[in-house]
Amino acid sequence: MMNHTLKGLCNLRAGTVVTGKWHHQSYKLLKPLGHGANGVVYLAESMKGIVALKLSDNSEAVTSEVNVLRRFSKVQGVALGPSLLDVDDWVTPLMKKHIPFYVMEYIKGEDFSTFIRKRGKEWIVILLLQLLSALDKLHQEGWVFGDLKPENLLVAGPPPTVRLLDVGGTTLQGRAIKEFTELYDRGYWGLGSRKAEPSYDLFAVAMIMIQSCCPIKLERKGDGRHQLISIIQADGMLRKYQAVLMKAIDGKYKRASEMKQDLLATIHRSAHSHSKQRASKKTTQKSQRSKKRKRGKAKSVVETALIIAVLLCAYAIYVYHQILP
Amino acid sequence: MRKGTLRQILLITDGCSNHGEDPIAMAALAKEQGITVNVIGVLDQDTIDESGLREIEGIALSGGGISQVVYAKQLSQTVQMVTRKAMTQTLQGVVNKELKQILGPDVSLEDLPPEKRGEVMEVVDELGETVELEVLILIDTSGSMKTKLPTVKEALLDLSLSLNARIGDNRFAVFVFPGKRGNVEKIVDWTPKMEELSTVFPKLTSGGLTPTGPALREALTYFERKRSLRSLIRDDESYFEGSM
Ligand SMILES: Nc1ncnc2c1ncn2[C@@H]1O[C@H](COP(=O)(O)OP(=O)(O)OP(=O)(O)O)[C@@H](O)[C@H]1O
Ligand SMILES: [Mg+2]
Repeated sequence: MMNHTLKGLCNLRAGTVVTGKWHHQSYKLLKPLGHGANGVVYLAESMKGIVALKLSDNSEAVTSEVNVLRRFSKVQGVALGPSLLDVDDWVTPLMKKHIPFYVMEYIKGEDFSTFIRKRGKEWIVILLLQLLSALDKLHQEGWVFGDLKPENLLVAGPPPTVRLLDVGGTTLQGRAIKEFTELYDRGYWGLGSRKAEPSYDLFAVAMIMIQSCCPIKLERKGDGRHQLISIIQADGMLRKYQAVLMKAIDGKYKRASEMKQDLLATIHRSAHSHSKQRASKKTTQKSQRSKKRKRGKAKSVVETALIIAVLLCAYAIYVYHQILP
Repeated sequence: MRKGTLRQILLITDGCSNHGEDPIAMAALAKEQGITVNVIGVLDQDTIDESGLREIEGIALSGGGISQVVYAKQLSQTVQMVTRKAMTQTLQGVVNKELKQILGPDVSLEDLPPEKRGEVMEVVDELGETVELEVLILIDTSGSMKTKLPTVKEALLDLSLSLNARIGDNRFAVFVFPGKRGNVEKIVDWTPKMEELSTVFPKLTSGGLTPTGPALREALTYFERKRSLRSLIRDDESYFEGSM
């Protein structure tokens, strides 16, 4: 449910200029990119180029998100979230109060679910492998992402690269998860605590896979674990990864890299058995074909002769016409 | 360093009180004793009437807390969000008071440059994670709430899941109103875990009157007197000086 200020912030006209009170930078809003529980994000133009700007009515939320983004920009070489460019207050006569905002790198891309719908389900595992690498780094830095869900993943590129957005739920390990979404929360499914541990995020990764493979409206009914198992077993692709998914759901992975290894191993195993299957199919096909060939050898000689004769005739007629028009 | 205790009342109701003192006045009384009052209005399909809505907002406002009106389905998410938000708000208030002592009476968080705000917020976060919390849950069980009670139970179990993930200790107590004999009845005494709730809830019967005001007044007496919000400020002074 949205309050008054937030609603106002969601309906700002394109061309509105947001100027910071402290750092005096100006940003021209181009269009809204999306909104959520505690803010709205606009595409904006500035001296530094195209950026994403998040306005909020909640100063605390902005401040904690900025704190997290600031920490992340210190992690060299890996893009864990969008990089932070500016933090300020907008003094606007429209709202009669200071609106806190921050400016970040604009990540051009498609949201996870749209990408999968357009490009195919074979991308799910690939993007999740990328995601697990990013999570492993994040976890090693002592954080847990928290509000992990398809809506908070963007696929940038090319080449298609998964990026994390919305660090509102990002929590120091050992504390209570700050923000979460029921469907991806192990607490909701009755399968664990809301303590920030790597396994909390890995449960959400399993749920993202389940939700991407069969995009039905999920809701817990009774025994959560039982329900998830039957969903996994009913889907061909999920069934292939059942062992990995269940390990993540049961919180048995201590690290994202372990889950990544297991996913890779499953892919290789199934690729191997695939090629083996294909190989054995090929040999039987080949032997059948060779049998066929033997049987029809005489017949094929006659066929070839016939074709050559017809072609010769056609050629003769063609030449004849060319000479005598 | 010993930390103080945050104390909240979480009132879950679906409309207007019709018996006894004005609940808005009782909420103001709670605030004076350092107890925050949060209110969650639960809707069914129907919408709440204007006066019910005004009362819900009024109680939270004078109780220094937060109010939110939701459909029963969203109750779990809302209950934990409101509780956390109110904690942050209270702690923010405590920290702001500290700031004023350090920086002068006219300085509030908004007056600090964004860079400094981050440091303050980290202190608030840290406090929110480690502070002791007492939540007295006060549930309206008048007739119209009957169908919503199973959802309320789910939401409370979910709340204890969220809060028990914190480092700090929690204590919960659950009261319903109207009670079998009086205005209010205790169904779960102070406990760190809310599992006991499962056994008590099915036995609840719903009554006719909605004595929200008297229920709030009586609920106040169940908090231990000795620990107050002021002790939180005093206890954390050392903490604050150490970290700045
Ligand atoms: N840096 C960015 N680049 C591109 N798009 C962005 C960026 N940041 C946010 N968005 C878009 O804006 C939407 C809302 O942003 P965000 O998730 O941060 O808002 P929120 O208020 O935190 O929402 P939530 O309810 O999920 O907490 C995102 O889903 C995404 O589509
Ligand atoms: Mg989001």
